Amino acid sequence: MTLPSGVERQRFSDREALATQGEPTYGEGTTDGWRRWDPHRSKLGAMLEREMETGLSGGETVLYLGAAAGTTVSHVADFAGPTYAVEFAARPVRDLLDVAESRENLVPLLKDARAPETYAHVVEPVDAIVQDVATRGQADVALTNRRFLREGGRLLLAIKARSEDVTRDPNDVFEDALSTLEDGYEILATERLEPFHDDHLGIVATPK
Amino acid sequence: MPHRLTPRALRFGALVRERIYEAADYGRTMTDGTDAAEAGWFSDVDPGDVEAAGDAIVEGRAERPREWPRLAVESGYVASEAEYYDRLHEAAIYAARREVREREGADDQQLIHAVRAMDDSARVANELAERVAEWAGSRIEDADTGIEYARELAERDDDDPLVSLARRVRDLDDERASLRAHVERATPDVAPNLSALAGPVLAARLIALAGGLESLAKKPAGTVQVLGAEEALFAHLRGRAPSPKHGVIFTHEAVNGTPPANRGSAARALAGKLAIAARVDHYSGERKPELDEQLARRIERIRARDSE
Repeated sequence: MTLPSGVERQRFSDREALATQGEPTYGEGTTDGWRRWDPHRSKLGAMLEREMETGLSGGETVLYLGAAAGTTVSHVADFAGPTYAVEFAARPVRDLLDVAESRENLVPLLKDARAPETYAHVVEPVDAIVQDVATRGQADVALTNRRFLREGGRLLLAIKARSEDVTRDPNDVFEDALSTLEDGYEILATERLEPFHDDHLGIVATPK
Repeated sequence: MPHRLTPRALRFGALVRERIYEAADYGRTMTDGTDAAEAGWFSDVDPGDVEAAGDAIVEGRAERPREWPRLAVESGYVASEAEYYDRLHEAAIYAARREVREREGADDQQLIHAVRAMDDSARVANELAERVAEWAGSRIEDADTGIEYARELAERDDDDPLVSLARRVRDLDDERASLRAHVERATPDVAPNLSALAGPVLAARLIALAGGLESLAKKPAGTVQVLGAEEALFAHLRGRAPSPKHGVIFTHEAVNGTPPANRGSAARALAGKLAIAARVDHYSGERKPELDEQLARRIERIRARDSE
């Protein structure tokens, strides 16, 4: 597996860890200008840690759905090009704004990821979509946002089983999500994100 | 920064861009003639007008993305793509900050005033309705009682002081209804998870009883369970009464829809989830739909004990 350029393993006080270069934002450990990217706090970080082939090489245009307070998106903006961060809840966007202030390439959007027509007048076609939304119908969110992906682009998706249905077996939930995704995407790789995130499936896909 | 407030004269750029298109079936046309569904956020904005750019980001729409940076350069909105990203960055932060402030302006203290005003209106309306009923009973043969009867009287075309009082009751009851609608709209913004689990009105009452979302988030579940039952709680603590099983959360279907024998368990389970929801709302603000299902499952299991 190749890490995107701008993401490197760096030696921190206790051990080696993924890191990106940028303004520290949430109290993460730093060494020599590198900010530690904790896979326990980031699905995308966990996907890289699990050595999934993300297809990211650095400098891409990215649409990030479910940016929350901007923990992961801060690292993405460190190595990617223009990064559009969509988050619907007002409270975490307050923190996301602090992250965006220090990153010229990060565009915060207080929008609902289920309604792409409310931000398609701002977001340009992108090379990669990173999706981490805790709502039911996560595969549908990925499908409706497919319009943003350039040909050959990548969808990097973390499906959270508990957001779909806490009562069902996660494996059944993942199977359903994958079969929905296949309406618009070709699945390239899947990987469970344990031990970093329980009952999460990391998915790499490309538009059909 | 090359783009602080620039003079109005730059509107010239917008005029140059003017093109004429047939309005497509989307109905709305931008003033520069571009079909609204095809236009970028910058299409109708003076360069340098951050506020208008923010409005366009918040309110605009398009079916599909287009190569906006290139189109913005071609249209003359900006001189280069680098300048485009600078402007977009500035406008997006401005818009998001303004919207966050607006949405959070529906803060917990405002909500507390609203829900208390709603309860006051209801209480006073009922009190006055009783007075109306009593007064009407002394004069009218088939006088009825309650707010409904006061509403009926209020419709009479009469200068009578009784009818006038009945009108106050009607107006107060309308006020209560509109305050309730306001609370139902505002609570999900203040506390999305608590509001989803408890229903907006009960959620607002819990926040009011605790004195704010933060203090509710810091209360143990056992306290949340008996909020609103302080009198019974202190009677119990003085050794004069059994411990109360529930406070205002009794109005929740999970409690009052559970047979009395299991109500204590249901109230404890509900209070536990509500306490978690309040903490998520205060500390993260993100919606966690799985809480709803966890609660539904707990209550289902508690109710199933009967049939065993």
